[in-house]
Amino acid sequence: MLADKDRIFTNLYGQHDWRLAGARARGDWDGTKELIAKGRDWIVEAVKDSGLRGRGGAGFPTGLKWSFMPKQQGERPHYLVVNADESEPGTCKDRDIMRFDPHKLIEGCLLAGVGMGAHVGYIYIRGEFYQEYKHLQHAIDEAYEAGLIGRNACGSGFDFDLYVTRGAGAYICGEETALIESLEGKKGMPRLKPPFPAAVGLYGCPTTVNNVESIAVVPTILRRGPAWFASIGRPKNTGTKVFCISGHVNKPCNVEEALGIPMRELIERYAGGVRGGWDNLLAVIPGGSSVPLLPKEICDTVLMDFDSLREVKSGLGTAAVIVMDKSTDVIAAIARLAKFYKVESCGQCTPCREGTGWMWRVMERMVRGRAEIEEIDVLEQVTRQVEGHTICALGDAAAWPIQGLIRHFRPLMEERIRAAKAGRARPMPMAAE
Amino acid sequence: MSGPARWSPARPYPGGPETFAFTPAYREQAEKHIRKYPPGRQASAVKALLDLAMRQMEEETGARWLPRAAMEHVADILEMPRIRVYEVASFYTMFKTRPVGRHHLQVCTTTPCWLRGSDAVLAACRKAAGNVPDGEISADGMFSVEEVECLGACVNAPVLWVGDGFYEDLDGPATERILEALRRGERPPYGSAIGRMGSAPEGGPTTLTDLPTPPEKTPAE
Repeated sequence: MLADKDRIFTNLYGQHDWRLAGARARGDWDGTKELIAKGRDWIVEAVKDSGLRGRGGAGFPTGLKWSFMPKQQGERPHYLVVNADESEPGTCKDRDIMRFDPHKLIEGCLLAGVGMGAHVGYIYIRGEFYQEYKHLQHAIDEAYEAGLIGRNACGSGFDFDLYVTRGAGAYICGEETALIESLEGKKGMPRLKPPFPAAVGLYGCPTTVNNVESIAVVPTILRRGPAWFASIGRPKNTGTKVFCISGHVNKPCNVEEALGIPMRELIERYAGGVRGGWDNLLAVIPGGSSVPLLPKEICDTVLMDFDSLREVKSGLGTAAVIVMDKSTDVIAAIARLAKFYKVESCGQCTPCREGTGWMWRVMERMVRGRAEIEEIDVLEQVTRQVEGHTICALGDAAAWPIQGLIRHFRPLMEERIRAAKAGRARPMPMAAE
Repeated sequence: MSGPARWSPARPYPGGPETFAFTPAYREQAEKHIRKYPPGRQASAVKALLDLAMRQMEEETGARWLPRAAMEHVADILEMPRIRVYEVASFYTMFKTRPVGRHHLQVCTTTPCWLRGSDAVLAACRKAAGNVPDGEISADGMFSVEEVECLGACVNAPVLWVGDGFYEDLDGPATERILEALRRGERPPYGSAIGRMGSAPEGGPTTLTDLPTPPEKTPAE
């Protein structure tokens, strides 16, 4: 079990003052000037050595991402963009960081700015997080007033401006190039890559987009040293992570723990266990709605980290653990996610625009059993037609939950179809959606 | 991206204002947002200005929505083609392109909220709105209801979003109490209906129980 002294987000629940005075008392903004003085390369190397992998879902090594930025600033300025568009169903960790520990994020932005030669940062927060936006803006104003950011930030000689910008309700803007488009004042439709944002990003300038949590852990990593962070968790899956445990548990909560903690321990120690006990568990979506669900047999032993969850054909994603007990209609639970992706598809790529709607409509029939057994295979095939055939990963994210359902709960789907058939005489027409 | 609370900006919503202009106070706020972006990049402020326009509409009419006249005013300020602003207004779900009730009740029904009973929250909201179809305004003008996607507060599910904040950890009766208070003109405080501290487990935190002290530092290399 992770000790409190090794937790980074010491005000995760808002039990203490989130403003500058409180943040300083918890150790933020301590010796920032000296960290900046160590220079850009030192910061990037330290983040690389810590093993930090992006906390927004994809798990790409953060230090490596920073190193893709041009070494020298040419005519075009460099931008840091923080992805605070937290919208992945099940995920609510960045919200806590921004409302209760905003100074960790702001200090992280400054240090990340040094690490990538960016003198301007934008934090793109989802529009629905208005209270969180207020806290964050207040904290930024405090930091400017105290000389911590702005001209000659912390007296380091490094200039750094930081702004908050609000989204307006679009899950797709969590995709980094859609976010950039949105930040430029357009519809949030993802861009083709390459070119990658590190070459051509915001306003056509070199840009790195990082998740809130990835940035907010950086000051602590630099202060305590990469070896400390790397000593937590498992090889290639290092450090602490804020887990969000929702659904059918006795006490849903957020908690910061070491990567690699067994799922069962995470749920039982912190979230009060599954409603009705562990044996009442049906399935868990371990990393936000986009990753395939896992049935109980796998949940019994699986570890919560990037590689362990990939081995069981799921993923850590955002570490949003959605628990479903045996009372759940799991087909309906996944059908609701299919609707989510249908609503949130930006409509740019045909396989996703048409496929998400098609998959949702078929899933709705599956919920009622008004389908043919063979249509399960048709549905599976269609998910493969969407997956990998779109500009961004939303198509994949729409396909995977359904693939997970078919992989683990196919007998249930068949049984429902048979039961519905038994109750009616005429066969259903094949999927002509 | 069409839904009950949407109206295509291709033509103005019937009965909406013919003209719209920011008051000096709102205009000043708009300029603050524009200054966040480099010269020539003022279009970046379009979402912020559309949001301000909806807030001014709420002050003036009691309903936070975005008439086409306001989109055009924003386009003029930002020197954007009007079609670009219409596009933005119709793409993002927070821009309500037709009128809403005094309190627009946005109920999250995505899976994490659904697992925790969002059906009861939605039913309570619909009942309070006199069971008019979603997106339409109740006869007394008080409420309109919309099902929305994940609001990002999943460990405090189910969640109801009204105005600028979330009501969390709800059930049917708790939702009814909040709606009754809103109807009386009160504004119940946002947050957990069962007194939870943020996202901590019910009953209080089981971690971070010691007063936080600055973490240890490794000696300088």
